Amino acid sequence: MRILVCISHVPDTTSKITFNSDHTEFNQSGVQFIINPYDEIALSRAVELVEGTDGTVTVINVGDASTEPTIRKALAAGATDAVRIDAAPRDAWFVAKQIAQYASEQSFDLILTGRESIDFNGSQVAALVGELLNIPSVSIVKKFDIQDRDITIEREIEGGKEVLSTQLPVILGTAEGVAEPRIPNMRGIMSARTKPLQVLPAVDVPTLSTISKYESPAPRGQVAMVDDVEQLVNLLHTKAKVL
Amino acid sequence: MAILVYVENIEGKFKKSAFEVVSYAKAIANEQGTDVTALSIGNVADEELNKLAGFGASKILKVDQDQLNQFINKAYAAVIAAAAASEQADLIILSNSFSGKGLAPRLAAKLEAGLADGAMELPTFSGSDLQVKKTAFSNKAFATEVITATKKVIAVNPNSHEPVRDEASATIETLTPSLDAADLNIVIKDIVRATDKISLPEAEIVVSAGRGLKGPENWAIIEELAEVLGAATACSKPVSDAGWRPHSEHVGQTGIVVSPNLYIAIGISGAIQHLAGVSSSKTIVVINKDPEAPFFKVADYGIVGDALEIVPKLTAAIQAHKANS
Ligand SMILES: Cc1cc2nc3c(=O)[nH]c(=O)nc-3n(C[C@H](O)[C@H](O)[C@H](O)COP(=O)(O)OP(=O)(O)OC[C@H]3O[C@@H](n4cnc5c(N)ncnc54)[C@H](O)[C@@H]3O)c2cc1C
Ligand SMILES: Nc1ncnc2c1ncn2[C@@H]1O[C@H](COP(=O)(O)O)[C@@H](O)[C@H]1O
Repeated sequence: MRILVCISHVPDTTSKITFNSDHTEFNQSGVQFIINPYDEIALSRAVELVEGTDGTVTVINVGDASTEPTIRKALAAGATDAVRIDAAPRDAWFVAKQIAQYASEQSFDLILTGRESIDFNGSQVAALVGELLNIPSVSIVKKFDIQDRDITIEREIEGGKEVLSTQLPVILGTAEGVAEPRIPNMRGIMSARTKPLQVLPAVDVPTLSTISKYESPAPRGQVAMVDDVEQLVNLLHTKAKVL
Repeated sequence: MAILVYVENIEGKFKKSAFEVVSYAKAIANEQGTDVTALSIGNVADEELNKLAGFGASKILKVDQDQLNQFINKAYAAVIAAAAASEQADLIILSNSFSGKGLAPRLAAKLEAGLADGAMELPTFSGSDLQVKKTAFSNKAFATEVITATKKVIAVNPNSHEPVRDEASATIETLTPSLDAADLNIVIKDIVRATDKISLPEAEIVVSAGRGLKGPENWAIIEELAEVLGAATACSKPVSDAGWRPHSEHVGQTGIVVSPNLYIAIGISGAIQHLAGVSSSKTIVVINKDPEAPFFKVADYGIVGDALEIVPKLTAAIQAHKANS
């Protein structure tokens, strides 16, 4: 089985999100970047699936050279090889077009993404690539199992889950439950240095939308500390008007 | 040029988000001097379909082929695209629900439309461009997206647009799009839904608890409080990681994002990753035994004390309040 895992390079979850003075760009200074936590789960599941077989796991990232340490971490966690599409990711549509272009020249049985990236987090890439490749896509996958070419997938729905089945190839956006993230071991880290990382040029993509400005949420007013529950209920009724 | 809105149902009944998106589309249509066409897929009775008119839909398209009775994003995207073509709609609106997240991008890619996902306000227009504010960076920030493409899709966050009644007289038409067998090669084997529970992303009140509750055996007081409030229950990540509560209740940056009218956080410290998922709640109440807990800094109301003592008292006080009003 050949698996493609899409990984995005995002600010660490503890990062404070700030913008440049004209609010058009994310301020990267002092920010630590990591593999998107959901992509780590996807990668971990992919490595689990090919373990002990002749299957391969290719990771792909759309990004400039600054993402290479993140790609190496994915190789250390067990990916077979890596591809970087050399371009700053403009938006999910741009990223999806690059991934679909690469995947259409290969033949992957399974493509995995995270359920969403924690920076732009549109949870778009899986469904966009699915449509571009004309294969089924399932977003927010909690669990999946493969038997020959058949795949059974559990996806999250409001207040529950749905179980569906189809045939490979498919693309899935994975969430918690699919696997536990892998901690790379020393051997993984050593071998990651010599695993192939191919850099490919980006294809042109028409612009459909842009971001004109970013804003931080307005700070909340001062907290009102209350002494007893009767007072709280009263405030929620008369002031906040939520009861 | 009408605005097309896709409305979701569960077993023949519209979700709350269906009325939200119709109402959202109607507000735009009023400003643009156009009409709203609502598209419903699946087996929904005319009486239920007519409810959409109460929120401003003046035409209701129903697609009720048997093969489409269950949600298959690939097939649904094709149907919505077909409806958009027959209605000559360049603006399509749907809910950014779990299903919507798997559907909106497919639809946008099919139409080469610009997609604004996670919209939280009404858009504004300048010439042929549309601008809309949406969430970004896991709710730690907002972005204004400008859609420049001719075709536009907006996926509206649940609970961000209150449905407003706006009576229209609607006609119901049946649409029978041709289906591609390749779009239907997914079999839905099972749906498990806790029907007695309020759906977390759509809930207007959320009662959430963290590690401060000490163990799963103490969750009865959380459920009782949720019950008197008609609220959904939620939890912090370590609580679901430990298996005290299901993963589907985990809110935060790596869980579900909620924006209820009232969020009550009990025994939760207020880590940045947790706050990311709840900070757009309209009113936040924090109950924590540590007066220095970071959550108090972003709360509207706070009580310092032991949750195991305070929560039952709060439940009783709300019961008394409801009995008197
Ligand atoms: C990559 C990553 C992603 C993450 N994503 C998320 C996420 O999406 N959502 C999330 O929630 N977390 C997330 N976390 C974890 C987050 O950093 C915190 O660890 C977590 O939110 C803490 O949960 P807690 O508040 O329940 O527990 P704790 O931090 O242990 O806090 C317990 C609180 O309970 C109070 N308390 C104790 N006893 C009582 C009592 N008897 N009565 C009242 N109060 C009491 C304590 O004072 C304390 O404030 C993530 C972490 C990482 C690294
Ligand atoms: N620049 C990127 N390169 C490769 N994969 C990406 C990139 N951005 C997003 N993805 C993948 O798409 C998923 C969903 O991203 P998003 O649609 O931005 O929420 C992520 O979890 C990744 O798996």
